[in-house]
Amino acid sequence: MKILVPVKRVLDYNVKARVKVDGSGIDLANVKMSMNPFDEIALEEAIRIKEKGNAEEIIAVSIGVQQNQETLRTALAMGADRAILVVAADDVHNDIEPLTVANILAAIALKEGPSLILCGKQAIDNDFNATAQMLSAKLKWSQATFASEIDVKKDMVRVTREVDGGLQTIDAKIPAVVSVDLRLNEPRYASLPNIMKAKRKPLEEISPADLGVEITQRLKIIKTKEPDSREAGLILENIDQLVEKIQENVGG
Amino acid sequence: MKILVLAEINNGELAEDQTSKTVSAAATLGKVDVLCASSQCSDASTKITKMENVENVLVLEDELFAQSLAESYSETLIDTINSYSHVFAPSSSFGKNVLPRIGGMLDVMVISDVSKVISEDTFERPVYAGNALQTVQSVDKVKLISVRTSNYSAVPLTGSANIKKIDCKSNNTLTTFIENKMQTSDRPELTSAKVVVSGGRGVGSKENFEIIEGLADKLGAAVGASRAAVDSGFAPNDWQVGQTGKVVAPDLYVAVGISGAIQHLAGMKDSKVIVAINKDEEAPIFQVADFGLVDDLFKAVPEIEKKV
Ligand SMILES: Cc1cc2nc3c(=O)[nH]c(=O)nc-3n(C[C@H](O)[C@H](O)[C@H](O)COP(=O)(O)OP(=O)(O)OC[C@H]3O[C@@H](n4cnc5c(N)ncnc54)[C@H](O)[C@@H]3O)c2cc1C
Repeated sequence: MKILVPVKRVLDYNVKARVKVDGSGIDLANVKMSMNPFDEIALEEAIRIKEKGNAEEIIAVSIGVQQNQETLRTALAMGADRAILVVAADDVHNDIEPLTVANILAAIALKEGPSLILCGKQAIDNDFNATAQMLSAKLKWSQATFASEIDVKKDMVRVTREVDGGLQTIDAKIPAVVSVDLRLNEPRYASLPNIMKAKRKPLEEISPADLGVEITQRLKIIKTKEPDSREAGLILENIDQLVEKIQENVGG
Repeated sequence: MKILVLAEINNGELAEDQTSKTVSAAATLGKVDVLCASSQCSDASTKITKMENVENVLVLEDELFAQSLAESYSETLIDTINSYSHVFAPSSSFGKNVLPRIGGMLDVMVISDVSKVISEDTFERPVYAGNALQTVQSVDKVKLISVRTSNYSAVPLTGSANIKKIDCKSNNTLTTFIENKMQTSDRPELTSAKVVVSGGRGVGSKENFEIIEGLADKLGAAVGASRAAVDSGFAPNDWQVGQTGKVVAPDLYVAVGISGAIQHLAGMKDSKVIVAINKDEEAPIFQVADFGLVDDLFKAVPEIEKKV
């Protein structure tokens, strides 16, 4: 079977986001960009499934600006077999909404026929947590979100989900869309020989129009601002002072 | 404007705090109907009828909804949902699972994790782990909104809504429920507790986490954890506070052996008072804490527990 893994290029999780002075968004000029950490986990899982002999091919897809090529090269170096870049924006500040991303991925899925689409549960920039669910609805496939364990069987995938009260296990019929959570695995680093090899792996470039998908924006961004910041408080001298502060604020 | 709230009901039990705070957010726009779909609705629907600003409680009782699987829920209820202009759900694992699927079906963008309802089409939501707040205006025909419930208070129980049974037929051939492994606890719920005591990697082991739990119990608090503590197996996953865990805003948040990474702050920086205990005076948690103690947690926490 084939596995499709969408990977997003986002502001690196170690870099503090700065709001642009004109309030139009986050400044992404000359800052370190990386693969969305959740997508890395999804890709790692796809590679492990393939290593166990349960998949033949892994296709990584990225949607955004031309520079997303770098993210796809990283995906290829980690172990994806080929990559598709959908150039949907010419400015990195134009974030493509999950609904459009889902439309693009659905069109690719219909062409490629994967059995499984493994997505990160959320992008750490817009924090929507929506693409996998929307994609699954568009395709009318089964949906398993927030996976912390995935077990591929013959015609279904058994997924343990991290939910508010604990863990829930469900069986999702294949083809399925699964979104992954933090504790599923720890992604590998690409080795130098694999980075070299990745340069020769196929990377196809297409446009949304090639897929018959129109880019829409349903949520107009009116403004972006910094939240009220908290002031650093008081460092106390001893435990008794802390006990006093705790007592003042319990049930207060 | 017609407003619907999707009540969160797990196995017949109403998630009262989440649902009530979602009603509170939705009611800033007007009176609301609440959809109560579960395997058992009588207790839940009775509670909901008392919530202020609720006009009708739509009740659909069916075994199919026992686990609120996304497919069962969205396929069955899509027509009901589509007859409203605004649909609100809590931004819990239930809301996050179901609402975007409904969005995909209706070709409508979901507005996730809304911290403030500004007007009928304009909403504020945090992005970048809460490092920025974005105001967005939706052009969609239906507004699908998941609510960051920690930003709202529960509604008073002064209402007297009508119960209306609805009837929809469907099945779900795509997913099958296997089992739940839920944490049971006598402590208050993490997302609604007035006091939260959280432990991080500094706590060191699952056994040592009892120090955190001991202090929490003394204070009548819920227990939270950082991702590092959950990943290391010190604490169960549903205790995680942060960008990808739970968002809490108690009166008092006590962070013990937690460094204060932005992803953790995202889940607790709206707490009224933050107390931090960390042996490293440079730890970033002290930049957001109202009161800090630079000390070894193994010495400090048991002593605090004794004295409070
Ligand atoms: C995509 C993504 C999402 C994430 N989501 C979350 C999230 O939702 N929630 C979350 O918490 N994290 C999240 N993280 C992880 C986050 O970046 C940090 O790695 C994590 O919060 C660190 O946890 P910690 O503070 O317990 O551990 P550390 O950073 O290792 O800090 C341990 C602290 O304990 C102190 N300490 C050690 N021993 C003692 C002692 N004896 N007495 C007193 N103090 C002591 C140390 O000084 C240190 O400050 C996420 C990361 C990524 C990439």
